[in-house]
Amino acid sequence: MADFIVSLLTGLSSAAAMFLVASGLSIIFGVTRIVNFAHGSFYMLGAYIGYTLVQAIGSTGIGFWAAVLIAAVAVGLIGVVMEILLLRRIYKAPELFQLIATFGVILVIQDVTLWVWGPEDLVGPQAPGLKGAVFILGKPLPEYDLALIAISPLVLLGLWALFKLTRWGTLVRAATQDRQMVAALGVNQRWLFTGVLFLGSALAGLGGAVQIPKGGADLLMDFNILAAAFVVVVVGGMGSIFGAFWAALLFGILQTFGIQILPNSTLVLMFLVMAVVLIFRPWGLLGIPESVLQIPSGPPERPLRPALPRVRALAGAACAVLLALPIVHLVFPEVVGTFTLVLVIEIMVFVLFAAALHFIMGPGGMVSFGHAAYFGGGAYAAALLVKFADAPFELAFWAAPVGGALLAFLFGWFCVRLSGVYFAMLTLAFAQIAWAFVFQDMPGSVLKTFGIADEYGAPLKITGGDDGLNDIWPSQWASARVSYYYITVGLSVAALWIMRRILYAPFGYTLRAGRDSPLRAAAIGIDLTRHRWLAFAISGAFTGLAGSLFLFSKGSIFPTTLEIARSFDALLMVLLGGVQSLFGPIFGAAALTWLNDLFSVLSYWRFLLGVTIIALVLLLPQGLAGFAGTRLGRRLRLARPEEMAT
Amino acid sequence: MSAAPHERAPVLEVESLSKAFGGVQAVERVSFTLSSSELLAMIGPNGAGKTTCFNMLNGQLRPDAGAVRLNGRSILGLRPQSIWRLGVGRTFQITATFVSMTVRENVQMALINYHRRSRALWRPAKNHYIDEAMTLLERVGMDRQYDRACGVLAYGDLKRVELAIALANDPKLLLMDEPTAGMAPRERMELMQLTAEIVHERGIAVLFTEHDMDVVFAHADRIMVLDRGELISEGPPMAVRSNKKVQEIYLGSGAAHGVEIS
Ligand SMILES: Nc1ncnc2c1ncn2[C@@H]1O[C@H](COP(=O)(O)OP(=O)(O)OP(=O)(O)O)[C@@H](O)[C@H]1O
Ligand SMILES: [Mg+2]
Repeated sequence: MADFIVSLLTGLSSAAAMFLVASGLSIIFGVTRIVNFAHGSFYMLGAYIGYTLVQAIGSTGIGFWAAVLIAAVAVGLIGVVMEILLLRRIYKAPELFQLIATFGVILVIQDVTLWVWGPEDLVGPQAPGLKGAVFILGKPLPEYDLALIAISPLVLLGLWALFKLTRWGTLVRAATQDRQMVAALGVNQRWLFTGVLFLGSALAGLGGAVQIPKGGADLLMDFNILAAAFVVVVVGGMGSIFGAFWAALLFGILQTFGIQILPNSTLVLMFLVMAVVLIFRPWGLLGIPESVLQIPSGPPERPLRPALPRVRALAGAACAVLLALPIVHLVFPEVVGTFTLVLVIEIMVFVLFAAALHFIMGPGGMVSFGHAAYFGGGAYAAALLVKFADAPFELAFWAAPVGGALLAFLFGWFCVRLSGVYFAMLTLAFAQIAWAFVFQDMPGSVLKTFGIADEYGAPLKITGGDDGLNDIWPSQWASARVSYYYITVGLSVAALWIMRRILYAPFGYTLRAGRDSPLRAAAIGIDLTRHRWLAFAISGAFTGLAGSLFLFSKGSIFPTTLEIARSFDALLMVLLGGVQSLFGPIFGAAALTWLNDLFSVLSYWRFLLGVTIIALVLLLPQGLAGFAGTRLGRRLRLARPEEMAT
Repeated sequence: MSAAPHERAPVLEVESLSKAFGGVQAVERVSFTLSSSELLAMIGPNGAGKTTCFNMLNGQLRPDAGAVRLNGRSILGLRPQSIWRLGVGRTFQITATFVSMTVRENVQMALINYHRRSRALWRPAKNHYIDEAMTLLERVGMDRQYDRACGVLAYGDLKRVELAIALANDPKLLLMDEPTAGMAPRERMELMQLTAEIVHERGIAVLFTEHDMDVVFAHADRIMVLDRGELISEGPPMAVRSNKKVQEIYLGSGAAHGVEIS
């Protein structure tokens, strides 16, 4: 009993940081509709800045808490800087484009933090006056945990008062519910947004600073908290502070007890809970079921037209170059080396991956945060077939697209009913579940419960967990570098062409119809859910194909292929390339793969990549493919003249 | 001459339709019938429950109570897609078109779906049902602008495109929620004139709402007056115009409700 109570209280105390970060995220999203990926980085900065301040002035109780508060304000100001320098310029950019800008900020902050504070984890000092422990039924509980337990309700109360009792708070609430109304009231929307970014970022900073005595500061905390904060916000209901509060408590407790059931995968437990909540309550526990929560779109997409002659000629030339490269390689190996072929194979794999994601994201308006599940899932299907059924390459290769399609078919059934951020989060949850499935080798554990194990009684190695599956190569005829190059280029170009056909056909138009106006689509008899589901499965098939090409080019596969980071890479490629153009994902994937390769030898490559991404976002708000629509692009006859509105 | 509208079998029969949102009774026990070739106007101040009625008739909202029959068959609880298949076209108070498509592609989408080709994966969509689409666009006077994006059209033109889309499935019943809102007065008359012509050609039954009383009295065969969710008067234009209760609403508090009587 004492154990139980102490565990419960520990859970409540670990909810504090989660609540602070999640509430900030929720407030920012509610007003600006920006999904702020950099929020985890603000949390991390809060911890680092807080650490330095506590070292300097935190030897007394007052000093400690002053340091925590100053850290929060400092982080709030950093949020303001981000709003003024970056977000302000891109509020009108296409759907989710802001997301990559904040992604660029993550990379920059990571390297700046590394540069200022160094790579070592910092162990937090204890809070003066709260160094001891209280005893509950004879069990010790750190005093600082009690302080943490008290913080969430205090902040909640403060926020409640701020939103209910002040004029500014009323405006924020109004903006959360109806942004046009606020614009109509003549409120200076800019400063409202700036203020909200200050508040939201400061809350994240506070979250980071208050947890120093428990967790210290390290360079991984940005991504770790980000995933948890998103789950908390979504389960609680986007825009609902009370929802975030209850969800944070739920997950704090779940984490404490979850460690006893599923060690080292409490995050997966959170995603599992989120999946269940979203399936039964698609708008979270306290969310409002409204289309208001859709992510706003930018200017309307232009109608699909056949490619202009010059664009066709360029595409043809690109194909010709791709086909000629190996020949040049054989004749002049010093001009085109093996390395170039390897890079092109890698680029084509990700071009295909990004195009498959774009297939649902652009025309379908379904932003998947978890497409690595079908990339890695397909690849694992092929690899398992080779390992355990000794399937030949020619057969196993196709198991990946089939596997990707089946997995997407299964997960998609749940996901396509949701839209906007909720869709994104459910796809992410399923991807995390798939990741845990291979990372923890669940098939092996399941077999063990049925009494099937190796001779020592340990679970059989099926997916191989962390070690992955190795030594999976193409057949003799396909394994030479040049042969595999042609297989990759041929299949991915063919796949791109097929997807393009589908998007120009009635099916693709139906997807676009549903994205443009679900209301009109239903009123002309379109069963949107079905079409979206089918599109999701088709996308899964092509993603799986990319996974297969990836697997056989590397000869091995690891759980990292299904990671969040992998899903975000694909997302970044699509967005950077330009979500409104069918050529977008091609440019995005090629550019990002190439840049990654180029920068990865440098020591502060994240910083460079982040700055490059931010620069691209500011210079080409329609993505790389948006270049065609610029004045220069039109003059080069890459796009038609603009249609004038009447 | 064919029989007067009310003597034919009704296309639409509505009985005691009701809907509440939280505490607000948006529509309360509304009953009426509608025959082919008949233009029935539903008028009433802002918030009277007109759009809510429409949303229940085309399946977007589930009524709390009541019955809706189309050609004698109950359509209560069917989804909008299924109701559309049975021949109900709809235009929206705030136009809903596919902004990333051209005018013709918008109509083609409706035709593609009508012919159940929406899952075709190969032949380009823009090559489907070109002639049918152009015929419909010609009928509403939008054929010359067929290749423009809906995202850049003037509001009045969008309303015409919506009408063409709604006609694509050869409807028996058209639900038109403020078909002329946002148009210039002359344009309004023209559009309703056009609608009346098409309706009589094809024998379609029309239920429409309208705030412009000139348009209503010029084109409606019959008028229903809704106030705070309740049907307070129903009959031919002359009778409704002289109804005491209607005058009260429109002349008493009517001005405050923003209804134009000119
Ligand atoms: N989804 C909803 N949720 C809550 N209340 C609603 C909803 N839709 C409509 N209402 C309420 O129901 C009532 C009727 O609204 P409705 O839109 O049907 O009126 P209307 O007659 O079409 O008005 P208008 O002439 O302004 O278009 C109003 O009080 C409105 O506020
Ligand atoms: Mg209305």
